[in-house]
Amino acid sequence: MNPEFFVISLLNGVSYGLLLFMLSSGLTLIFSMMGVLNFAHTSFYMLGAYFAFTISGVVGFWPALVLAPLVVFALGAAFERYALRRVHKFGHVPELLVTFGLSYLILEVVQLVWGRSTVPYGLPEQLQGPLFSLYGTQFPKSRSFVMLVALLMLLSVWLLLTRTRIGLVIQAALKYPEMVEALGHNVPRVFMLVFGGGAALAGLAGVIGGNTYVTEPAMAASVGSIIFVVVVVGGMGSLAGAFIASLLIGVVQTFAVALDYSLIHVFKAVGVAVTDQTFGYPLLKLTISQVAPILPYLFLVLILIFRPKGLLGTRED
Amino acid sequence: MNSTTHPVSGATSHYRFKPWNVGRFVIWTLFAVALIVAPMLFRSSLALTMLSQIGYLIIICLSYNMLLGQGGMLSFGHAVYTGLGSFIAIHAMNMASKGSFNIPLVLIPIVGGLAGAFFAILLGFVTTKKSGTTFAMITLGIGELVASMALMFPEFFGGEGGITTDRVYGQSFFGITFGPAIQVYYLIAVYCFVCTAAMFAFTGTPLGRILNAVRDNPERVEFIGYNTQRVRYFAFIIAGFFAGIGGGLATINFEIVTGADSLNVVRSGGYLLFTFLGGATFFFGPIIGAVLLVLASVLLSELSKAWLLYLGLVFLFMVMYAPGGVASLIMMNLRLAKFGKLRPLLTSYLALGGTALVGVMGAACMIEMTYHLQLNAALGSELTFLGATLNAKGFASWFGAVFVMVTGFALFELCRRQFLRQWGRIQEEIEHEIKRGEAL
Repeated sequence: MNPEFFVISLLNGVSYGLLLFMLSSGLTLIFSMMGVLNFAHTSFYMLGAYFAFTISGVVGFWPALVLAPLVVFALGAAFERYALRRVHKFGHVPELLVTFGLSYLILEVVQLVWGRSTVPYGLPEQLQGPLFSLYGTQFPKSRSFVMLVALLMLLSVWLLLTRTRIGLVIQAALKYPEMVEALGHNVPRVFMLVFGGGAALAGLAGVIGGNTYVTEPAMAASVGSIIFVVVVVGGMGSLAGAFIASLLIGVVQTFAVALDYSLIHVFKAVGVAVTDQTFGYPLLKLTISQVAPILPYLFLVLILIFRPKGLLGTRED
Repeated sequence: MNSTTHPVSGATSHYRFKPWNVGRFVIWTLFAVALIVAPMLFRSSLALTMLSQIGYLIIICLSYNMLLGQGGMLSFGHAVYTGLGSFIAIHAMNMASKGSFNIPLVLIPIVGGLAGAFFAILLGFVTTKKSGTTFAMITLGIGELVASMALMFPEFFGGEGGITTDRVYGQSFFGITFGPAIQVYYLIAVYCFVCTAAMFAFTGTPLGRILNAVRDNPERVEFIGYNTQRVRYFAFIIAGFFAGIGGGLATINFEIVTGADSLNVVRSGGYLLFTFLGGATFFFGPIIGAVLLVLASVLLSELSKAWLLYLGLVFLFMVMYAPGGVASLIMMNLRLAKFGKLRPLLTSYLALGGTALVGVMGAACMIEMTYHLQLNAALGSELTFLGATLNAKGFASWFGAVFVMVTGFALFELCRRQFLRQWGRIQEEIEHEIKRGEAL
């Protein structure tokens, strides 16, 4: 493995991991606050990308970067207000089911409005081309922009939660909702804002993820289960855990797809010849790049066996 | 079926201890007769395939409800156990026809079931460590894991094309070769009846009862000395077994299994959706769900391209307004009928149904026109929907659809308010009557 491949893959992995973190942070916030596992979270991510595609066609990419998350925020808040709040009294499983139904619906509506194939949501001129190149390998500007936005977002969410009045109310409502309500704060409205905010974070991730990667109806499902893995591996409800887990999974996946080694190479290195007659050959011949799609899930299983509460989690259940 | 046979009122609570529970006997006989008679009433080959699918989907949905309804475990990976059951079953069938593994076709579903149970033992150990929302996420992860693995091992899962087989092999079983679809249907029907009975019996076993307790209050169950994790694990294994039987029957019916289709997470989602629509809170709910699943995926998908959209909407409204599913709606009305209060509501039901139908018609016309514009723009702007010709680019069609929808929903809202008042009054009367009955 040469050093420039290592550096570039690491950077790609970190930028993908930060994108995952933008998604999982919203999910974690909503979960730790309301106990709701938002199954439609990545559907909001997809909506962000599609809205940005449409809005940027009219007013350009930079206004869309602000406008699309706002639209997603409004949709998320409206969904919380008119659907989620209604099933709140039935318990957590119906809450999950209603978001599951929403994810179905959003997928169909997206296919209805924008069609079933990829939409040409391209990068703006300022973000095209490489930022720098290292021994001939280039690192694109768009990926670095993803990293920049993710870090800015992380910083602003952290400042909002710890340094502002509304942030303190949110934190208090997280632990003692009745007490906060007794002090005269409108807790249901806080919940609505948090749900909308989480959706908006997903929408923002969609705006920049949609043109860095690809905007298509399958984009929600492709990251959907990965961010659930991130949230479980990091520890349910832990933002810092989600941060570490998303970086870890982003880097591992990026490296894995580029490595063409299999167990056969390992056996060769220790001097054992493997042919297609050897027992378990179908397993041995799999290369790391072939198993890359399942690595996050294997990681999930291992974490659950050896550390059931997740990397930084505190809940045992 | 539990609640239909033993009404909750105190006077009849000792009823179930009589040696002959007549109500239950009648219901199970009717179920058996329905299974036997169905292919004689619906004779076309389409109806026969649909009936076969309903048969094994009943088993699958009931096994799913063992997790969701009885154990409170929301699983997004049930297709793993049906799918792996199918794969083991199809390999067993292929080995049997080669002669290396001698097993008659009637026992193939059991092989599938054992495979399902085996994988439930293996994977359930990890999944059932948690409950609630974490359980849901882990099952989703495991579902993805198995689905992507299917593409990595084409030797076993047959890759994109899947694995095919021929169900007619070996000696005939009392002259039955299982070549014709009708014979396969009756094999499925027998399994369906036996498995339904077995799963109903399970709800009455100590494990089944403690599973309900684990769903409702895990903390108390821990206090009385049970390991909730182990209870969930055992229930998960049993559910995996029945899911595998369903998968084995599906294999016999279709003679092909593909990894991309049968292990898919979307398929797990479908089981969840329809079990819930049928009603997870009642034992017989998933049976309705299975029937709806086949009707929707065979008939509705023929009728409209937008059927997934309609399905999503129905599901969303069901979760919000009737979280007990169709079964709970039926039981609510049975309760009314028992107290003789159903008749005054019938006119309200007609009004509600009629106005809702009008509104939905308008909305459906608009959805169909949008779909037509998106998908079939090359065929021109005209489309026929339920006999009416609509012009997807014409102002008149859109105006008409909007008008119909708005009128329908406005009238529906009026009827609904009236109905809610009536409903509340009748429920009060029933409560009153029950209290009076207790006082006597």
